[in-house]
Amino acid sequence: MLAHLTVAELAEKLQKKEVSAREAALAALEQIEALDRKIKAYITVTADEALAAADAVDARRSKGEKLGPLAGVPMALKDNLCTKGVPTTCASKLLENFIPPYDATVVERLRQAGAVMLGKTNLDEFAMGSSTENSAFFTTRNPWDTARVPGGSSGGSAAAVAADEAYFALGTDTGGSIRQPAAFCGVVGLKPTYGRVSRFGAVAFASSLDQIGPMTKDVRDCALVLNVIAGLDERDSTSADVEVSDYTAFLEEDIRRMKLGIPKEYFAAGVNSEVKAAVRKAIDLLVSLGAEAEEISLPHTEYGIPVYYLIAPAEASSNLARFDGVRYGFRAEADNLLDMYRKTRSQGLGSEVKRRIMLGTYALSSGYYDAYYLKAQKVRTLIKNDFDRAFAKYDVLVTPTTPTVAFQVGSVSDLLTMYLNDILTIGANLAGLPAVSVPCGFAGGLPVGLQFIGKPFAEGTILRAAYAYEQNSGLRKSKPPIAAGGERHE
Amino acid sequence: MSKYETVIGLEVHVELSTKTKIFCSCPTDFGSAPNTNVCPICLGMPGTLPVLNRKAVEYAIKAALALNCHVPSYAKFDRKNYFYPDLPKAYQISQYDLPLAVHGYLEIECDGVKRRIGINRVHLEEDAGKLVHSEFGDYSLADYNRGGVPLIEIVTEPDLRSPAEAKAFLEKLKSIMLYTGVSDVKMEEGSLRCDANISLRPVGADYFGVRTEIKNMNSFRAVQRGLEYEEQRHLEILSAGGELVQETRRWDEDKGVTYAMRSKEEAEDYRYFPDPDLVPVIVDEAWVEEIRKSLPEMPEERRQRYMAEWGLSSYDAEVITASKAMADFFEAVMADYHDAKTAANWMMGEIAKHLNAAGIEINESRLTPAHLLELLKLVDEGTISGTIAKTVFAEVFESGKMPAEIVREKGLVQITDEGAIAAIVDQVIKDNPKPVADYREGKAKAIGFLVGQVMKLSRGKANPELANRLLRERLDSQLD
Repeated sequence: MLAHLTVAELAEKLQKKEVSAREAALAALEQIEALDRKIKAYITVTADEALAAADAVDARRSKGEKLGPLAGVPMALKDNLCTKGVPTTCASKLLENFIPPYDATVVERLRQAGAVMLGKTNLDEFAMGSSTENSAFFTTRNPWDTARVPGGSSGGSAAAVAADEAYFALGTDTGGSIRQPAAFCGVVGLKPTYGRVSRFGAVAFASSLDQIGPMTKDVRDCALVLNVIAGLDERDSTSADVEVSDYTAFLEEDIRRMKLGIPKEYFAAGVNSEVKAAVRKAIDLLVSLGAEAEEISLPHTEYGIPVYYLIAPAEASSNLARFDGVRYGFRAEADNLLDMYRKTRSQGLGSEVKRRIMLGTYALSSGYYDAYYLKAQKVRTLIKNDFDRAFAKYDVLVTPTTPTVAFQVGSVSDLLTMYLNDILTIGANLAGLPAVSVPCGFAGGLPVGLQFIGKPFAEGTILRAAYAYEQNSGLRKSKPPIAAGGERHE
Repeated sequence: MSKYETVIGLEVHVELSTKTKIFCSCPTDFGSAPNTNVCPICLGMPGTLPVLNRKAVEYAIKAALALNCHVPSYAKFDRKNYFYPDLPKAYQISQYDLPLAVHGYLEIECDGVKRRIGINRVHLEEDAGKLVHSEFGDYSLADYNRGGVPLIEIVTEPDLRSPAEAKAFLEKLKSIMLYTGVSDVKMEEGSLRCDANISLRPVGADYFGVRTEIKNMNSFRAVQRGLEYEEQRHLEILSAGGELVQETRRWDEDKGVTYAMRSKEEAEDYRYFPDPDLVPVIVDEAWVEEIRKSLPEMPEERRQRYMAEWGLSSYDAEVITASKAMADFFEAVMADYHDAKTAANWMMGEIAKHLNAAGIEINESRLTPAHLLELLKLVDEGTISGTIAKTVFAEVFESGKMPAEIVREKGLVQITDEGAIAAIVDQVIKDNPKPVADYREGKAKAIGFLVGQVMKLSRGKANPELANRLLRERLDSQLD
């Protein structure tokens, strides 16, 4: 079946004209049609636009024009990435009717590379959450078990890729929002180095932590998509002027003598024993391939959650202040200005978003700034120093991506437990490092994620480690039964 | 006032005249149709990001150097958070604890006393949009054209000691800004705005009294008036043994009073924090030096030079150099002219008079240095008289035509033919027996009236010296 193909496989067939872009898009749209009532990955499906874009690629190909690397490959975008003329809701009632007059830089680059957009995927409102349960519209289901969450906040993108409802997707990652759902849904998810990918057009949650990254069926696809979206953008001052290498070129090199650091704090009490076992087994495999693994310590790991939950809400409280009902989005009826602000935001924003705005406002308030925000920034530096020290000696750090596998929808009621989901992914955001999650087996029938964290701009290195693992684990392209069901053509 | 000393500090906002806005490429033109100079970035739409305009930093540094500031090598931008419909992102990108420039000063002169006023800091920020409140209903309209126009905020030390000094400071600041060319400094277009802090303390005290801040003063004169009002209000309260409240007050220009806007307790918490969307500004020392070298000659230097080079009086040099446009004009004339005093008299006399009446600056008028040069030469060559020159100038100012052309068209060429003037002189003597008799009785002043009559009869065209000589010759000879 066409929809099962990876980006690399599909691109090859497209180039050889064995399939058309229209057929590729139709296959994905059929999969959406068949499964998305159960999975609910998409907020918006742009079927007509997708077919028109696919036809345009086919027409250009038949004329022999030179096409981009992703020409005709259908994909999905997290609904906090701005798309010209297509609603970009951030899964919020406040932006339900917001249609941006511009494309995010990553969207522009994907379009230039010939990728075909299928639609926009669900997320926790404004990317605040770990399950998509905070979406103002609906909760996305995990394709491996629809009673469970797909993770979040990029849960819609992860589920769409896992269920073959897209050949790849983009997500955003502020504290683990690409890697945690990738782990829960058994796909590959990469959070690039801060500055590697332009943030222009990604609706900001926490500007100093946000990064856009690929969510794919395998590691090679991850490299292919990163090739397209990475690089300096003059519209984002924080994007880095660091050369973009062909990341697929790193994959074939072996990992002999690669030095792996195994931070002991990432295997602490809160991490599920089956998850730990799967990750230990994966590390053994890497060692058998010639890598050298040593246990190390990142002593400030435990401060990651409190630091993150001060800095991210502080930035969010300011970033989300613009949603005031004045210029776009939802506006509540009111008698005066103050009333309009209060009602618009009270009615337009969900409770988790409001909670974080309040937290952040408090942390920045006069008299509390030094004790909270400033102190958090200082501890952030200590966390970063931990990593710097580790990377003086090691090439890649290997950890579980999440403490547990996907949990039941509605099962996590206390916030702290929910926030602890991010404990293993937050470090890379706070330190601005690249990190990728790849499937490394199952615990109770549910996917477990293996995380590789690298030095700044060493995406090539972590992709190489991840690729070596994937090629030798026998787990590549494991399909959830719900998506594997329609093996009609193969 | 003898018991108290007045302490004033100013916060002045100056719009920089860069072609594009500070964080996007929209034009900064004043007076465009509402919401036409806008884009997703300056409208603060979701996902958009600011990118700093290097020119705005350059202009800010230029202004700061002209104010004798130190420019540190590291500066950053912060967010000032507050809700208002004219502020699209609900925060203003400004600078909090690490501004572009610090520790400067400006020399002012007020009532003949020279004083050095400290500049605490100069920082760069974005302007907000503008709300237009409806006259017809309970709604307001928002215009975001101004949103994102670069501003510098200049904060003085509390060094000013009177409202008059505050006004003198602003005039000097305006002059300096115009010299540097970083702003057009038009208060009526809002490109210069000023808030003032004022307090009173017993003479000789080393502490500050309770201060009030005054907003909404829309001219230099208003700043002085607002401060005078506040000074008096403070004095009355303190003299009566009362206590002042630290608060922000609004100047009402029509009523000539200030009234309370908000107290210290109601002051907003702006929750400043470093803007994570912008990288710190690393100011290269070589760049600062380059900008320093690009600074034009400042008014004080020019004044000294005018006195040394052209022998102008201190007063004349001061008046002409106060405005860069005037001084540039003057220098352009002097490049081709010999008599500085005459040129200066024209600048400060006829030209200033017409500019004031029209309410414009010289560079906004039709007048060019070539006009004045030609006019001066027509007088020097005796083609027209000084009186006619003023008439011609009025028309030059109005139409922008060259003086020689006007003289030719209107037949204003001076009569220098002795015969022609003698005929007019004879006529005047005949028509004015009384003044003639007065003159002959020794009332020398009567000659002035008679010369005036000759000029009148010749419609100003008679050469006045010639008319004078011929009159005297005739009247004196007939005495014998």
